[in-house]
Amino acid sequence: MAIKKTMSIVHITPKQFPITKKEARLYMAFISVAFISLFIGGLMGLLQTLVRSGTITLPWGIDYYQVLTVHGVILALVLTTFFIIGFQFALMGKTVGISMKQRKAAWISFWVMLIGTMMTATMILLGKASVLYTFYAPLQAHPLFYIGLALVIVGSWVAGIVNFRQVYVWKRANPDEKSPLLAFMVTINMIMWIIASLGVAVAVLVQFIPWSLGYAETINVLVSRTLFWYFGHPLVYFWLLPAYMAWYAIIPKIIGGKIFSDSLARLSFILFLFFSIPVGFHHQLTEPGIDPVWKFIQVVLTFMVVIPSLMTAFSLFATFEITGRKKGFGGLFGWFRHLPWKDIRFLAPMLGMLAFIPGGAGGIINASHQMNAVVHNTMWVTGHFHLTVATTVMLTFFGVSYWLIPHLTGRKLTPTMNKLGIIQSIIWIVGMAIMSGSMHIQGLLGGPRRSSYSEYGGTEQAADWLGYQIAQAIGGTILFIGILLMVYIVIKLAFFAPTGKEAFPIAEEEADAKPTPKFMENWKLWIGITVLLILFAYTVPFIDIIQHSPPGSPPFDWPIGNQ
Amino acid sequence: MHLHKYEKIWLIFGIGSLALFLVVLGFGAFWKGTHPQSHGATIDPENIEAHDAFQSENLGLTKVDEDKYIVNIAASAFNYDMGVDEDGNPVKKITIPKGSTVLFQITTKDVVHGFNVSGTNVNMMVEPGYISRMETVMKKPGEYTVVCNEYCGVGHHLMYATVEVTE
Ligand code: HEM
Ligand SMILES: [Cu+2]
Ligand SMILES: [Cu+2]
Repeated sequence: MAIKKTMSIVHITPKQFPITKKEARLYMAFISVAFISLFIGGLMGLLQTLVRSGTITLPWGIDYYQVLTVHGVILALVLTTFFIIGFQFALMGKTVGISMKQRKAAWISFWVMLIGTMMTATMILLGKASVLYTFYAPLQAHPLFYIGLALVIVGSWVAGIVNFRQVYVWKRANPDEKSPLLAFMVTINMIMWIIASLGVAVAVLVQFIPWSLGYAETINVLVSRTLFWYFGHPLVYFWLLPAYMAWYAIIPKIIGGKIFSDSLARLSFILFLFFSIPVGFHHQLTEPGIDPVWKFIQVVLTFMVVIPSLMTAFSLFATFEITGRKKGFGGLFGWFRHLPWKDIRFLAPMLGMLAFIPGGAGGIINASHQMNAVVHNTMWVTGHFHLTVATTVMLTFFGVSYWLIPHLTGRKLTPTMNKLGIIQSIIWIVGMAIMSGSMHIQGLLGGPRRSSYSEYGGTEQAADWLGYQIAQAIGGTILFIGILLMVYIVIKLAFFAPTGKEAFPIAEEEADAKPTPKFMENWKLWIGITVLLILFAYTVPFIDIIQHSPPGSPPFDWPIGNQ
Repeated sequence: MHLHKYEKIWLIFGIGSLALFLVVLGFGAFWKGTHPQSHGATIDPENIEAHDAFQSENLGLTKVDEDKYIVNIAASAFNYDMGVDEDGNPVKKITIPKGSTVLFQITTKDVVHGFNVSGTNVNMMVEPGYISRMETVMKKPGEYTVVCNEYCGVGHHLMYATVEVTE
């Protein structure tokens, strides 16, 4: 009995690794690119809302869709991927450590991704790639646009492989212990990312690059779209899971509590891995050429993520309540009132979580087989993902940055910066409520997304939409102020805040927590089930698409303003 | 693995509602025939006239029966071709009496487009090589803006038409 007790103590206080200066530089490199992207992308967002409200026209022959391509690519693809990989490296460095060799390989991933980003960005800025971040064929961008994107993906794979190696080395040194929760979560996210991005990599390498270089005359449009969306949905979970990492394993520490259940956290990540990929058809519901029965099957698979989402919601609120009660706050809602609302490391992610309640509800509507036709490609969708990725994920990443950046640069989060952070979060929520709210309503009234200012021949409907576009410009302006403030805070924390030691908060399990079952780390099993689900969901319809293919499409570059 | 009692209740309630919800979706799709637009017919995008519906004299509105209409449309960047009127001007507006059944058939000669009769459930992707089609009953009188809601190039926001449903 006594022996068992000490064993469990070993389990609850796993060794952590101090982050060296050299490592910190690596993690900060990734995070810096993310915040530079936030500034550029946010500026584009502001311009979009101003153009769409009829307030301004863009100078110097800049095209609206060029601006929108920058916004989508730099925020949805560059900012997210760089922040996530930097954050995940920091989590791995802290929980399982990083060797010198691994660190060098990680730098390679950074440079490959950065060079790819630069190539893609250059082509967009030259006006040779105004194809939006989804680059749907047969619109044709400059080959370097696609080659740059391919490099970003390849760079991210290098990062994933380094992460796998880090866990493997740690595991070899600690054969009898379960891997640290955060390392487990990073591993799941990178497995999902690699399996998913194989789809878009095949589309880019096999279809787009040869076709844009003129080696292939035509492209199979539906195949390219299907490969894109095989990647496109897990992409959004690739954004969300790092936010969940912070919610499950970091927030409890910040509020002075413990992890609710290590096993349940792992189980929910495993379920996210299963049900994030075999579901891409829910983005293609109104497309011709795909059997509606298979669309429905993927809709059902899509909704399976409700289960881990409910588990996550329960765990988080259970942690809040248990912690509040332990601190002695009674009553039905006493625990809620006494959460550390004035601690920005808690407030920002918490507001993000709350935004996920309407965000998730909207997602259920989008994926609902028939109801999708009401909202597909309307501004509703744009409103939806500004709640999910641009609020839930962003506010959580901001929440992480308030302690991670000073931790890495050897500085402290000062009370002033904490207060500015609180103001920033409120600005974000207010701006987003106005912008995303009016996007949702305009979408329900049929207003199309991805559209510059237009009166549509002066119809009454179009006049109604314009009112909401003006509201979006007001919300967008508030949001842009929020971005300026955030960039200011980040610069302060990285270069000017007083030196000191900022904590890297990682929550522990309860002393009497039930042990986590061994099979949780049966990677072969989890990857096997994931692959089987993908084969089940895609094999038959994909063969059907190929067998019933129409003639392919030649490239079109004049519609995007290239001659 | 241990599940808290309240969590069990929460999950049973949640998974139960989810199952019920999916049954409703499935019932609508398979018994009521409300699947989203998934037409499978293919066409050569560089020769859409090979198909009857998209020959220039068949574009636009055709009355096939009492209260039954077909609208054939050839989409291209940045225009919905619905044929020409008596004076030879391109048709930009279609007028149908309230309560009639309308079948929209549309394809594209070039890039991907969207087709949304705003404020109705007629919302479909239009992709090279495929014919998208959807039948609907226009019940409410009024003027409906038809918008291209998938990005197709620099003139995307100028690609529109109107459907008027009269009393
Ligand atoms: C100042 C803050 C922001 C403003 C004012 C803003 C505004 C907008 C607007 C008006 C659109 C729709 C344009 C259209 O459909 O024609 C849009 C699209 C989009 N935004 Fe934002 N946004 C902001 C921040 C963000 C952030 C932080 C993210 C992601 C992390 C984001 C991701 C996107 C994406 C992915 C699209 C879709 C692009 C496309 O359809 O190709 N936005 N944004
Ligand atoms: Cu999705
Ligand atoms: Cu268009």
